Amino acid sequence: MATAVVDQADKRQSPLSDAVVVRFAGDSGDGMQLTGGQFTLSSALAGNDFATFPDFPAEIRAPQGTLFGVSAFQINFGSSAIDTAGDAPDVLVAMNPAALKTNVPQLKQGGLIIADEGEFNDRNLAKAKYEANPLDDGSLAKWQLLKLNISQLTMDAVKPFGLGNKEALRCKNMWTLGLALWMFDRDRQPLIDWLNAKFAKAPDLAAANVAALNAGHAYGETAELAGPLKQHHVDPAPVAPGLYRTLTGAEGIALGLVAGAQLAKLPMFFGGYPITPASAILHHLSRLKEYDVTTFQAEDEIAAICSAIGASYAGSLGVTSSSGPGIALKGEAMGLAIMTELPLVIVNSQRGGPSTGLPTKTEQSDLYQAVYGRNGDAPMPVVAARSPGDAFECAIEAVRIAVQYMTPVMLLTDGYIANAAEPWAVPDLTTYEAFPVEFLTEAPEGGFKPYGRDENLKRPWVKPGTPGLLHRIGGIEKELDTGHINYAPENHQAMTDIRKDKIDGIKVPDQVVELGAEGGKLAVVGWGSTFGPIHQAVRRKRAEGLDVSHVHIRHIWPLPANLGELLKSYDKVIVPEMNTGQLKTVLRDQYLVDAKPVNKVSGQPFTIAEIEAAIEEALK
Amino acid sequence: MNEMTTIARTTTLKDWETDQEVRWCPGCGDYAILKAVQRTMPEIGTTPENTVFVSGIGCSSRFPYYMETYGFHTIHGRAPAFATGLKLANPDLDIWIVTGDGDGLSIGGNHTMHLIRRNLDCQIMLFNNEIYGLTKGQYSPTSRVGTTSPSTPYGSVDRPAQPAAFALGAGARFVARGFDVSKELPNVLKAAHAHKGAAFIEIFQNCIVYNKDVFEDFAAPKGAEDRQLWLKNGEPMIYAKGTKGIALDAEALHLKTVDVVDGDWQAAGVIVHDVTNRSVAHMLVEMRFGEFPMALGVLYDDPRPTFEADVVRQNKAAAEGKTADLQSLLKKGQTWTVTEGGPEL
Repeated sequence: MATAVVDQADKRQSPLSDAVVVRFAGDSGDGMQLTGGQFTLSSALAGNDFATFPDFPAEIRAPQGTLFGVSAFQINFGSSAIDTAGDAPDVLVAMNPAALKTNVPQLKQGGLIIADEGEFNDRNLAKAKYEANPLDDGSLAKWQLLKLNISQLTMDAVKPFGLGNKEALRCKNMWTLGLALWMFDRDRQPLIDWLNAKFAKAPDLAAANVAALNAGHAYGETAELAGPLKQHHVDPAPVAPGLYRTLTGAEGIALGLVAGAQLAKLPMFFGGYPITPASAILHHLSRLKEYDVTTFQAEDEIAAICSAIGASYAGSLGVTSSSGPGIALKGEAMGLAIMTELPLVIVNSQRGGPSTGLPTKTEQSDLYQAVYGRNGDAPMPVVAARSPGDAFECAIEAVRIAVQYMTPVMLLTDGYIANAAEPWAVPDLTTYEAFPVEFLTEAPEGGFKPYGRDENLKRPWVKPGTPGLLHRIGGIEKELDTGHINYAPENHQAMTDIRKDKIDGIKVPDQVVELGAEGGKLAVVGWGSTFGPIHQAVRRKRAEGLDVSHVHIRHIWPLPANLGELLKSYDKVIVPEMNTGQLKTVLRDQYLVDAKPVNKVSGQPFTIAEIEAAIEEALK
Repeated sequence: MNEMTTIARTTTLKDWETDQEVRWCPGCGDYAILKAVQRTMPEIGTTPENTVFVSGIGCSSRFPYYMETYGFHTIHGRAPAFATGLKLANPDLDIWIVTGDGDGLSIGGNHTMHLIRRNLDCQIMLFNNEIYGLTKGQYSPTSRVGTTSPSTPYGSVDRPAQPAAFALGAGARFVARGFDVSKELPNVLKAAHAHKGAAFIEIFQNCIVYNKDVFEDFAAPKGAEDRQLWLKNGEPMIYAKGTKGIALDAEALHLKTVDVVDGDWQAAGVIVHDVTNRSVAHMLVEMRFGEFPMALGVLYDDPRPTFEADVVRQNKAAAEGKTADLQSLLKKGQTWTVTEGGPEL
């Protein structure tokens, strides 16, 4: 999102006037995520800043044409800083009636609908529960409508390649992409190269897809004179010079974990179990063996975390990853990692809950679970990523805390960050400070104490296999220093206090104000993936002259030492969250500030407009 | 068993005892097993620092505290999962899992199954006392039908799991049985340690408080020879001082007991124990005590490549020829450079 963009925040009058939001929507099988992904790449090459929002169903191949089988991909790109995937699309590409029905309500008034009329037959209309064809009955009057028989046009374009009907129709998404490339004045060549590489083993398919792409593009050129279709050029965004790539949150986490392990000079062991939307992290890491990464697909979530703790006990960096329901299963093992004081990183890619909830939709409702969700007094640090690029930094931070304090650390991300892509300025790793782990290899003066402590209250890390330092650890209350079993009242009091003091004493950077000033009328306090809409909304309201600031918290636990004072320096505090008010509760509890909740739990990210409305309301 | 990387040195039983006060009930079968293990360790050429005892929760799972080795007393049922991460992270460690019938077959049955299926190199000692001891005597998944307990005051109605059959069904390449006070137990442990791969040992253990003498029908010293069949590889399956043996009913395809007259076991059709015969192993683990003697010793032993060795091999092969340059990984895929003049590929 905005990480790589030169911040021109308050100079701008209307920050989004030079940005466009396009939403590609179709059936699960129509290849909309692929189309969106390639359009994203072309946006990057055009020098636009962008943010994306893949929005797809939980079903792998939902029945064709159904409302619940619609898969959409939204991209917001522009010539200035882009923080969110955009509120209301300017352009909606609807590949069938169901896609139109589920997505058109969000379309900006006067926005453009491009519909594949070839798919608007009686059968598909019935499946989408349309009584009349919306392309013909005037119900879309408040938008511009461009109906094209994309199916037929695609079939015509790929005819020379002798594909079957089904295969030919699969090229529809490339035809659509070609049209979109024309609309935004994009270079086709990188896409043609990509298609040729992708279908290197099937030159016919490659040629057919390229032909479809070219045909869509040519259609734009020739149709321009007639309909509502206009070519629109979006200038490159002012971006700091450097090397860029696109990065999803899952990639950011995986790369950050590898970087963290390298900075700690440790091999990494990753124990995972498949779960949406966290599996991508396991997939990425399982291809990185040469970085001293061992991945283990365990038999269940519990075994995944337990194996990671076992590996940490052996002297590796143990990592596990899941989403809400899986994190719930790991709870007992987290308690053991806290009790045995072993380093561990637990990544939670949050999704809508409770229970199975909304597997493919985003939410931030696991904050209580992260901070409080274990039996006993079981304090654990929590770090939350705000964007794919930030996920890289947060993963390193989580590793640092885990090994410097011998503690499990929860790293929060969410379904939105995990799947969304943003341009990422590739960081220079030499600028990161290493934090190499030192294992205890021989008894120090005064004798070896498995639960002896340094100035951070950290206990020593001893690898099994080390002569002379044999000891036993476990989940039963430990005796001070020795780690032997001890149930004595004063010992449990002392150990509970130490575990709490250790986590409370973790040094985290002071809280900064993202946008605005320290002190004032209103602070909008956020965490995680709400960064984009909050940032844009605060920017717009400040441009209108309102006294509002944006504070975004990365260290959820322990909270930055200056946060209480900072929050008290504002007359009012609002906390937008994709839950029913979890950070709000923590802030109220910790600082006795009258933080007011702004909540949304629809499975969709906040829109900028929603946050703007909340700001206006708070400042009334 | 594991490949020793440290130089084995001579140890004695004392080297394997901790200074911790043992907290089992007086007379508990666990004491005998602990002693048998401590007695075995000096004989198998491993060192305390290279040895890790991993346990779950239950009476048996206190075991690691009493072994002067590395030890991890984990959470209920999950010891196999911890052991898996531990062994993958350091394949040189010699890992012993200590579990019970509740820990290993009820709450942790899933992990036991997968550990065995994957064939992680370790020893799994499952102390079977057919009861939940630490929680004060509820019936367990191995309790016999009709077991009365605080949670089954009218007797349990569910059929018990058979640990050895479970292990073999899960794909075990080593299955053995022993019991707490048996003098043969160290030999069984040694065989388990010598087996490279997951070695499953069911150890019948007498819970003197909640399930006293439940194994007396076969474990009692008096008349033991009539009720115990100690299996030895390459030797005929005979018991009762050589007067009885186990033979195959080839038509019905099951085992049967036969009388051996004048020591002529061949004439009686007694089978010679072949530890690598998986079909016979399946019949041995299913042999019902009463109709048959209790099959003890090494029932099956036929190693296969281990999980951790295959993981290490694959990791090495995948990394072969690749440089671990993280900076270049960060810029992998399609990138573009932004200069003052705009982006380019």
